[in-house]
Amino acid sequence: MSTVLETDGERLLAALGVVLAEKGIATPAEIAERIAITDQASPAQGARMVARAWTDPAFRALMLEDGTRAAEAMGIAMRGMPPLGVLENTPDLHNLIVCTLCSCYPRAVLGYPPFWYKSAAYRARAVRDPRGLIAEWGTELADNVRVRVVDSTADYRWMVLPIRPARTEGWSEARLADIVREGDMIGVTVPRAV
Amino acid sequence: MDRDIARAHHDLGGVTKFMCAPIDTEPHALSAFDKQVDALRQVLSLKGLMTVDELRRGIEEIPEAEYHRLTYYQRWIRSMTATLLRKGVVTEAELAAALERR
Amino acid sequence: MAAFAPGAAVRVKDDWPESRGPAHIRTPHYLRGLRGRVVRRLGAFANPEDLAFARPAERRSLYHVAFDQPSVWQEGRPGDELLVEIFEHWLEPA
Repeated sequence: MSTVLETDGERLLAALGVVLAEKGIATPAEIAERIAITDQASPAQGARMVARAWTDPAFRALMLEDGTRAAEAMGIAMRGMPPLGVLENTPDLHNLIVCTLCSCYPRAVLGYPPFWYKSAAYRARAVRDPRGLIAEWGTELADNVRVRVVDSTADYRWMVLPIRPARTEGWSEARLADIVREGDMIGVTVPRAV
Repeated sequence: MDRDIARAHHDLGGVTKFMCAPIDTEPHALSAFDKQVDALRQVLSLKGLMTVDELRRGIEEIPEAEYHRLTYYQRWIRSMTATLLRKGVVTEAELAAALERR
Repeated sequence: MAAFAPGAAVRVKDDWPESRGPAHIRTPHYLRGLRGRVVRRLGAFANPEDLAFARPAERRSLYHVAFDQPSVWQEGRPGDELLVEIFEHWLEPA
């Protein structure tokens, strides 16, 4: 068995794909369909949720109380998906999401996790030196801000509800969604009005 | 027990030797290989043939040096293959034959 | 197994199943044996330790537990904390 497992990944995928297709277990069409469905999720979905939470207090409350239902209210398919938990940043609390054990991430909302989120460096540093870590993105927090690092170890998937930046009064939801980036919903950056 | 001695090698929170490792903050698009592996895992999960827990266990079984040498989705395909072999969904002979054809 | 109320002081068991044989553990090493505070119960989920080995898996209560950062690492900012999902069978009253 060990020889087969040490085969180059691309060759292994191709061989496994052939065997599974011949058995009718996983066909190229089914795989292509999953790719297409997975590609529909992206940080833009999360950004729309954040923008709505910034402008609609009832939605904000729902998002913090039951992230899954809030996502569904936005038309995001959550059936069979892990429950979504949303944690709000406040003027004195900043949240940072990590999965030290692997790469658990709210994929149904935000899409594939970023490359760095899955790295050993991120997984090791986040829980022990969060401020040094987010400085890699140029993010600096005021002295009075506490940091809460959320290690996604089990069934929930977590995202951050960042603070609505100053100088965005009167902006439409669409314009607000435009300034919310992937990193803002993980906690390595904070949104700025541009 | 000394936490660092007893820990499994994938259990990376706070591990000292990575505390000075720089972060590559650049976005990196997924390759076709990455997306196909990801999608295949989803299909296998939807058909009840492999849980995400089995996938994780298979990844954690990869020896430490290999674990860090392989890319993320290379770990996945190795774990998925090991799991499907273990459960008898595919056999080593079938895989070997398919590998020989390419 | 005891149920834990929000605010309950708990200790993560100082147990190392992975040192005794093949295991799939979702309680990070850096928390074993440490004290924390239950924030809330997140629900009940099938035990991943058994799912990983395709064994019948009991549903167990999952808790969100907060830990004081500097106490975990002997470094870090006072007031910073870690918030981690821990299954009930890994917790005991502190």
